Amino acid sequence: MAKAELMNYEQAIEQFEVVIGLEVHVELNTNTKMFCGCKNDFGDEPNTNVCPVCLGLPGALPVVNGRAVESAIKIGLALGCDIAPTGRFARKNYFYPDLAKNFQTSQYDEPIAFEGGIQIEVSSGNTFQLNIERAHMEEDAGKLTHIGGNTGRIQGAEFSLVDYNRAGVPLIEIVTKPVFGAGAEAPELAAAYVRAIRDIVKALNVSEARMERGNVRCDANVSLRKHGAEKLGTRTETKNVNSLRSIERAVRYEIQRQAHILASGGSILQETRHWHEDKGTTSSGRPKSDADDYRYFPEPDLVPVVPSSELIERLRAELPENPAERRKRLQGVWQFSDLEFRDVVNAGLLDQIEETVAAGAKPQAARKWWTGEIARIANAGEQEVSDLPVTAAQVAELAALVESGKINDRIGREVLQAVLDGEGNPTEIVAAKGLEVVSDDGALIAAIDEALAKQPDVLEKIREGKVQAAGAVIGAVMQAMKGQADAARVRELVLERAK
Amino acid sequence: MSELIKKTAVEQLALLQSGEITSVELTKAHLDHIAAVDSSVHAFLHVNAEGALATAAEVDRRRAAGEQLPKLAGLPVAVKDNLTTMDQPSTAGSKILEGWVPQYDSTVVTRLRAELMPILGKTNLDEFAMGSTTQFSAYGSTANPWSLNRIPGGSGGGSAAAVAAFMSPVAIGSDTGGSIRYPAAMTGTVGTKPTYGAVSRYGLIALGSSLDQIGPVARNVADAALLHDVIAGHDPHDSTSLKEELGSMVEAASNQSLKGLRVGVIKELTGEGFQKGITDRFNESLEILKAQGAEIVEVSCPNFKYAVEAYYLILPAEASSNLARFDSVRFGMRVTPQGNPTIERVMSATREAGFGPEVKRRIILGTYALSSGYYDDYYGSAQKVRTLIQRDFEAAFSKADVLVSPTAPTTAFKLGEKLEDPLAMYLNDIATIPANLAGVPGLSLPNGLADEDGLPSSIQFLAPARADHRLYEVGAVLEREHENIWGKRMIDFAPEVKAGA
Repeated sequence: MAKAELMNYEQAIEQFEVVIGLEVHVELNTNTKMFCGCKNDFGDEPNTNVCPVCLGLPGALPVVNGRAVESAIKIGLALGCDIAPTGRFARKNYFYPDLAKNFQTSQYDEPIAFEGGIQIEVSSGNTFQLNIERAHMEEDAGKLTHIGGNTGRIQGAEFSLVDYNRAGVPLIEIVTKPVFGAGAEAPELAAAYVRAIRDIVKALNVSEARMERGNVRCDANVSLRKHGAEKLGTRTETKNVNSLRSIERAVRYEIQRQAHILASGGSILQETRHWHEDKGTTSSGRPKSDADDYRYFPEPDLVPVVPSSELIERLRAELPENPAERRKRLQGVWQFSDLEFRDVVNAGLLDQIEETVAAGAKPQAARKWWTGEIARIANAGEQEVSDLPVTAAQVAELAALVESGKINDRIGREVLQAVLDGEGNPTEIVAAKGLEVVSDDGALIAAIDEALAKQPDVLEKIREGKVQAAGAVIGAVMQAMKGQADAARVRELVLERAK
Repeated sequence: MSELIKKTAVEQLALLQSGEITSVELTKAHLDHIAAVDSSVHAFLHVNAEGALATAAEVDRRRAAGEQLPKLAGLPVAVKDNLTTMDQPSTAGSKILEGWVPQYDSTVVTRLRAELMPILGKTNLDEFAMGSTTQFSAYGSTANPWSLNRIPGGSGGGSAAAVAAFMSPVAIGSDTGGSIRYPAAMTGTVGTKPTYGAVSRYGLIALGSSLDQIGPVARNVADAALLHDVIAGHDPHDSTSLKEELGSMVEAASNQSLKGLRVGVIKELTGEGFQKGITDRFNESLEILKAQGAEIVEVSCPNFKYAVEAYYLILPAEASSNLARFDSVRFGMRVTPQGNPTIERVMSATREAGFGPEVKRRIILGTYALSSGYYDDYYGSAQKVRTLIQRDFEAAFSKADVLVSPTAPTTAFKLGEKLEDPLAMYLNDIATIPANLAGVPGLSLPNGLADEDGLPSSIQFLAPARADHRLYEVGAVLEREHENIWGKRMIDFAPEVKAGA
């Protein structure tokens, strides 16, 4: 495949208006599948979580998962959508071996949620309103693995294996209206939007929301048109971009690719494109036209979904705080700098810090522990922070011990390790190991006097005003105290004794 | 022929319950008769002798032990081959499912098993129930026991012929546009299409999902009611299944009087286009109903004239989608073409070889009707017609408690006739289709023999949705009066099918 030529990004933005549209698929974390009682877990042995319904056996009939409907309504409400008083499923007909019935049961002209919107802020501080066209329920297809051939794609493969564990997994597809006016910030906006969706579905606890596992997947539509042009340009749809960074890169790539084609007098082919993470490029998938004929018609095997207004109001009342608003609120309360707060958000540590503060820690102390030592240990062990066996209450306790001067930072880190090793709560560990700092000035003064006596040259320098020379003495004292002293207090005393 | 198998299901059950016969005897008598005559009739695609006898033996053992058994325990039953059965092949009359033994039982079969009814086997049908003569079965046509060179009706010709030829006391059918009622009319048996949703469709190999309904086939009204009560009821596996209980059909079938019943004659389904012998019998039946205290009124359903056209858009549309799953990937036939067999080519070759001409015709029709640009003209307008037909029913039922028409325009015609003329063939169901489009229940009852050919004629009763019991109330009385007038049961006029003919 010839490598596509790209236009310089700034030049592309200068010449063209960027229009994007995003379709995000969210995999729900319901116990069972969308239309049958099979376990919603496709990581198991292939074809073990299957039944006549999700295998599409002759005669099998679907039954809507009520929990999935509730999840869909929650997502709709969180995105400010109207909830349809009645909604039908439809059949989207096309042949593909991963699609057991050779039609997908999906909502079509009657989505459960429609006409919403969400404010998205990008790093420049610019805020964009993204309008949500619809959020609808559908089922996932099975998973194909192509064996033989070099590409792992169906072309050239000798044969393919199908795992129907994923067939019938409940999905919510959230579709934006076309987004205009983001200009150079369009790629970042796309990623920020998907991050916001991810945060919302996580806060709603309706999805595991792990992009690396495909719980949240994005198809990015990109088109360009001359500034001032009325007619929308031809769009491409880059499928299944599965990380925030990739979304940004893929949109940026498509802008540059399309800009080059248009500027050289070519035209854009309406098609789906595949994103290649390794090369940072997209390649042509299959042509897609509006005439793609899925022969949609209302699913006769299902009665319409009719959520009661009581249900909708109950779910509305249970909605957690909007993640973006929550972040704004927390940053205000905690008084973190933008940089500090971004680190916390990027590391996904908001919940931990909020709980730690609630358990009595000062916000800065909580932040330092979670983004510092705890994150470092998790990184070193290639683990998630949330997988480490330490609770917010324990971190708050640890922070309190340091704050009160009972232990210092270094001892604190030692105590944290002991907590992770399962030795108990911080206070117990400090007591059991005798780690409390020596706060008896008498003992410290004795040690200081001894150290000063051993280093008369240092004493001399301090007396001459070279205060920084005290470091050597402080070090010696801390060593003598086995580190269990408050270094600041030792310094004070050293200077006093040296007078 | 054993006299035992000529008895009604009600009589056979009484003998079982009194201990005069065992279920093994009864089951064996039917299996013997199948072995003797089904080579002539070809009602069965699969005979489940071993399984049926095992169930019968279990019933006998438990009855001997003094256990309380379900009401129909020990009574044999035949099942149309478009219902899934775990222990028997389920082909729906198609080559594409040849030899397929499902991994699960349909809900109706589960209920038959729970009732401890020995399942004699699976009965023949037009491929995927597409047809009204059973000649579109990929496994050969079924003969009409009344005249072996005539059609038994379809799609459920196998179930109707099995019951008519005394190979089974009762049978399960499915009715999408008349597939229970039309064969019942052709074979002089009783067949009911219950209200849509009254019987679970789970495990019924779908034809037209919004039209399909499973129901009983029997030789008389009371027997049909027995089986109806066993199979009806809510099923959580079928979202379209009704939640409420519709009452006992057996109780309804014990009705003695029609006093005050308003019977509406559907103007559009009488007269022109109906065979004279059938019209004569129909008019006689109206006189009998009147004599029994019913009030006869005429009702008009002006949109019924569009019913066949609407049906042949909605049905193929749904069928084209329902049949998409037959692609060789997970079950059934697989044809691998020479050369470079991509998945598309394998699917295509399998469907080319596995589906018969009528199935292909309807898949093409349905695919076309759903295509973008044509949807509104075809599927969309057909759905509007459907609404109009529902309104016609509503208006008619405001004037009458039940509606009547002849079940079929003609008596059974000869095998091979109309085969090359699909449009003429589609008109066989002209009187039965409206009920499926509206979801209302219908029952076909033999009402004598046509003078021209001595073949059975039938009357159809239709009731409002959920009022299935009215069909049995009126059917039982009319059946009783017919027997009084003709001197014996209609089925007893049928010539005996000779062994090995």
